[in-house]
Amino acid sequence: MTAIQVEGLTKRWGQTLAVDDISFQVKEGEVFGFLGPNGAGQTSTIKTLVGLTRPTGGSARVAGYDVVKEPTMVKRRIGVVPEASNLYDELTVYDNLRFVSRLYHVPPHVRDDRINGLLGTFDLDDYSDRPFGKLSKGLKRRAVLSAALVHEPEIVFLDEPTSGLDVMSARNLRQVISGLSERGVTIFLTTHYIEEAGQLCDRIALIVKGRIIEVDSPESLRGRVQDVPLLTIRIEPVNRLTPEDLEGIPAEKITLSPDGVSMLTRGVHRTLAAFTALADEKGVTIQEVQTVKPGLEDAFVQLTGLTPDAMRGEKEGKS
Amino acid sequence: MNLGEELEGVLAIVEKDLRAYYFKPPNISWGILFPIVLALSFSLRSPEGLIDLAPGLIAMTALFGTTSMEAIVITFEKRVGALERLQLAPITDVSIILGKVLGGTIFGLIISLVMTMLVTMFLGAKIIDPPMFTLALLLTAVAHSALGALVAVSVKEVFEAQTLSNYFRFPMIFLCGIFLPLENMPVALRILARLLPLTYSVESLRATMIGSTGNVLLNTLILAGYSALLLALSVMLFRKNQE
Repeated sequence: MTAIQVEGLTKRWGQTLAVDDISFQVKEGEVFGFLGPNGAGQTSTIKTLVGLTRPTGGSARVAGYDVVKEPTMVKRRIGVVPEASNLYDELTVYDNLRFVSRLYHVPPHVRDDRINGLLGTFDLDDYSDRPFGKLSKGLKRRAVLSAALVHEPEIVFLDEPTSGLDVMSARNLRQVISGLSERGVTIFLTTHYIEEAGQLCDRIALIVKGRIIEVDSPESLRGRVQDVPLLTIRIEPVNRLTPEDLEGIPAEKITLSPDGVSMLTRGVHRTLAAFTALADEKGVTIQEVQTVKPGLEDAFVQLTGLTPDAMRGEKEGKS
Repeated sequence: MNLGEELEGVLAIVEKDLRAYYFKPPNISWGILFPIVLALSFSLRSPEGLIDLAPGLIAMTALFGTTSMEAIVITFEKRVGALERLQLAPITDVSIILGKVLGGTIFGLIISLVMTMLVTMFLGAKIIDPPMFTLALLLTAVAHSALGALVAVSVKEVFEAQTLSNYFRFPMIFLCGIFLPLENMPVALRILARLLPLTYSVESLRATMIGSTGNVLLNTLILAGYSALLLALSVMLFRKNQE
C-alpha cells in the first residue's frame, strides 16, 4: 500500500520556484528520508503534503486522500513534528496534550489514557505538570512528538527532529522514531544529518534546488560510490590552495575544506603523487593522509555535487 | 465537515487562549486603564459631563481590550509557529478564526463589564434596558475582536499589528460620538463616523444606559453585520496567506 503518492508536484512562492515537478511514493510503514540543503524545497514539499499550503501544480495523496480536495481527511491521519517546538509555553505538558487531543477529536473517554500512555512512553510522567516553556530542549522535542501522536496517526512527518539536541537526547529520539516504525507508522523525515538519515531510513530522496535527483535505499546510495576510495589529506596552511590549483589533479571529485582536501579517486597512487607535487610547488605541508571507504555523506557529495560542509554549515547555523 | 467536532475545536482554542494569554494581570489592566486615563483627562476640562461619557468608556474598553489582545495573540502565535499547529489540525480555517475571535470577545466582555461596574459605582450611571445592553455589549466585543483578528492576520509582527490597529482605533475614539456628539460634527465626518462600527456600539450602549433616541435594534443589527463581515474577511485573508 502507498502512504504518500506525489506526482509532478510543483510549488512556487511568488517568482521563486521552490519545488520543481517532483514525483515519489512512500510505502506504508516505511521510514522515508528527505535530504537536502537549506532552500532545496524540503519545507515547501512538507507544507504541501500536510495541507499548510496549496501546490502550484501536480498532485499529492496522503493516506489515500488528495491534499487539495480533502485536506481535513489528510490532517486526521497525519502527525507533524515541526522543527520549532511549537507547543504552548504557558500550559503544562499535560494540558498541551489535552488541548491537542481536543483539536484532533480524540474521544473524551480515551483522552486521559491516551495522554498518560504517551507520557509514559516518552518518559515525561515526571514533567506532566510542568509548563512546556520550562522544559529542556530534549524534553520539549519529546513532548512535541507526543503531541503529534496523541490521535494515533498513520503517517508522521518529522522535520529536523534532532536539530539542536545534545548527543544523548538525539540518540533517545532516534530510538523512539525506530520504535514508531516498528509499530507500522509511516515516517517522512527531513534532516540535514546525513548519517542520521542513513541509520533511520529505509529509503532516501535527495532533493537539490527543488528537484529530486535520487531516491534509493541508503545501502544502494552508498554502493554507488563504494568502489571509489576517498583520499583525505590534511594540509597546512589550507589557504594557499584554491579550487583552481586542484583542477589538474586526477580525481573524480575534489573537495577543498577548512582541514584539507578530499578526493574520490580510483587511482590513489597517481592522485597522491600529483597532489604531493602541487603541495611542494605551493609550499603546503602534508600533515596526514587517509584512504577511507566512502559513506553515505560521500554518496551525497557525489550525487548532488554539493560539499558536505555546505550541509554542515547550514545545520550549525540552524541549531 | 462535522459540526460537533468543529465546535469542539473552537472551544479548545478559546479555552487555550484564555488560559495561555488573556487572563494575565497586565492584559486586564491595559484594557481598563487606557479608557479611564482618557476619560479623566477629558473630565478635568469638563467635569459635569462625565456621566455622559459612560457608554463611550465601556465601548472604548471593549475596543482597546479586544483589538490589542487579538493583535498580540495572533501575531505572536504566527511568529513562534503555534498558529501553524492549529492549521495542521483537522478543523476548518473558519473554526480557527472563530476560536481566536471568541477568545478576544470573552476577554473584551469581561473587561467591559468591569468598566460597567466602575461607571455605575463611581459615576452613578444606570442601565435602563439590561437585555439590550448585554446584547449591544456582546456584539461590540465580537465586532471589535473580529476587527483585531483582521488586522492581525494581515501582518507578521506584533508591533505592525499594534501600529495598524492604531490607525483605526484613535480616529474611532474621536469620530464615533464618545466625546463629541455626531450631530455637532461636519457632514463629511458624520458620514465617515457612520462607516465605523464603534459608532453603533456607542449609540446602542448610550440608548440602553441614558435612554437617548438611537434605534437600539437597528444599531445592534448593524453591529452583527459588521461582526459577520469582519469575520469573513479575516478568514479570507487567513486562507489567502496560506497560498
